[in-house]
Amino acid sequence: MIRRLLLIPLLAVAAITALPQAALAQARDPILVSEISQHEVLVRQGFTGTELLLFGAILDPDGSRARADYDIVVILRGPNEAIRLREKQQFAGIWINAENTDFRSVPSFFALASSSPVDQIVDQRTAAIYEFGLDYLQLSPTGTIDPEEHARFTAGLVDLRSRMELFQQDEGGVTISEDVLYQARIHLPSNVVVGRYVAETFAVRGGRVIASATSEVQVRKGGFDRVVAEQAQVNSFFYGLLAVALSVFMGWVAGRLFALV
Amino acid sequence: MDVYLPIANLAVNGLVIVLLGAGTGILSGIFGVGGGFLTTPLLIFYGIPPTVAAASAATQVTGASVSGVFAQSRRGGVDYQMGAVTVAGGLIGALIGAGLFNLLKALGQIDVVISILYVLLLGTIGGMMGRESIQALYRKPQEKRRAAKRRHHPLIASLPMRWRFYRSGLYISPLAPLILGILVGILTMLMGVGGGFIMVPAMLYILGMSANVVVGTSLFNILFVTMMVTMTHALTTKAVDLVLAGLLLIGSVTGAQIGTRIASSVKPEWLRLMLAAIVLLVALRMLIGLGWVPDEVYTVEPL
Repeated sequence: MIRRLLLIPLLAVAAITALPQAALAQARDPILVSEISQHEVLVRQGFTGTELLLFGAILDPDGSRARADYDIVVILRGPNEAIRLREKQQFAGIWINAENTDFRSVPSFFALASSSPVDQIVDQRTAAIYEFGLDYLQLSPTGTIDPEEHARFTAGLVDLRSRMELFQQDEGGVTISEDVLYQARIHLPSNVVVGRYVAETFAVRGGRVIASATSEVQVRKGGFDRVVAEQAQVNSFFYGLLAVALSVFMGWVAGRLFALV
Repeated sequence: MDVYLPIANLAVNGLVIVLLGAGTGILSGIFGVGGGFLTTPLLIFYGIPPTVAAASAATQVTGASVSGVFAQSRRGGVDYQMGAVTVAGGLIGALIGAGLFNLLKALGQIDVVISILYVLLLGTIGGMMGRESIQALYRKPQEKRRAAKRRHHPLIASLPMRWRFYRSGLYISPLAPLILGILVGILTMLMGVGGGFIMVPAMLYILGMSANVVVGTSLFNILFVTMMVTMTHALTTKAVDLVLAGLLLIGSVTGAQIGTRIASSVKPEWLRLMLAAIVLLVALRMLIGLGWVPDEVYTVEPL
């Protein structure tokens, strides 16, 4: 954090000493400082999801209040996964899995919050470059791609994950106070996967991304739940035996107890 | 009461799961069916990933049948000899089932096959049981002594090599229960159910076992087959969720005890009619599910 704060003036200095034309443009770029309410989310008993507060400030390079209006876009992404998406279609009255497509990198979690609707602050090309929104996700499909089919599958995936709260888009979720401080709340549901989550904040003005900052959140399992998840993978045989033993034991105990009643 | 399930990767209301376990436990105590045919679809409906639901339901069924087996064996309601033969068949069947499961999964048709199996099997068995129990209920008391009741299916009599199964009151070829065991084993692996709802009617109507050992022997078979299925899942899919299974167990072991008590106080014809109704309802729900636009047209599978 401190290093990042130190870096920003350094970068500004470096930019000013570069080409005069670029320097003029760079000099007007604001300072964007971003922070997250917690850098570690512990998934354990009682975890029902959590709310992350992503906040920060935008300042002019000289440290004064930004003179112009900026729009802020905040994106929180979970670890990428490779998936196969299957689509059901009706054949002879029965719905069966008919077609499927593979994606190489689908974020396990994607939440966007912005201060205004994305299509009002950037054009489609910029939105596609920065993946501003669920319509612009780059999912890296594999194999031959028919654009129409790809669009259909992507829409299906986005709809599925949106209903699981794993994909969120809240245009208007960022509030900016006094043109300086911004904040956004992003809800992490209980069904998030563990791993490294990256929060990116973009300051946008005049359809152009003029500053960005990233920070990280580690989501990991803790305590008893980590042990269970690990043992299921590592010692599967003993884990299975334990499951069988537990069920036999509980059934036996219940039998004994009720025999007494 | 929020409980986080470490394998299923989500938080659920623990009380709902315990009650779900209790409901299926009561069924298992009353009818000698494992209740997996209800637990698995309900867990999936609650949002738990299908493999985790099937694997953990199998673990739960083990627990429910342990207390059931103990309760039944106190009443002398288990034919261990018959049980041993069906368990042997069940283990062979589970292996065949595991192969089929992987084949169908690779084709992406596993859930459709499972649904069709549910509809066909539950529909047929529920229909048969329902008709039989209604006939039994409407029969006048004096007609009750059926002249020369047919013991077992004629096909069974044609099988070679005969054993005496004293408790079942049968003198038949062990091949018949072995084949039954294999079939149930395959279904257990494919459908994630204990198979009691097939075992009980098949023992009654095809093998012709005496009614007082049917429930206990079926539970005995379910106990061992579900243990095998839990192990197979733990080793291959790694989808057994101990927390989920534990919650289901708390409910179901209690429910099973209550169920056994209900079973001894209600007329068997009514019991069978009730089971038939439940089985038919599940079949109908599955049938609707096949023809209607599914809740999820798209499904995600990790690569």
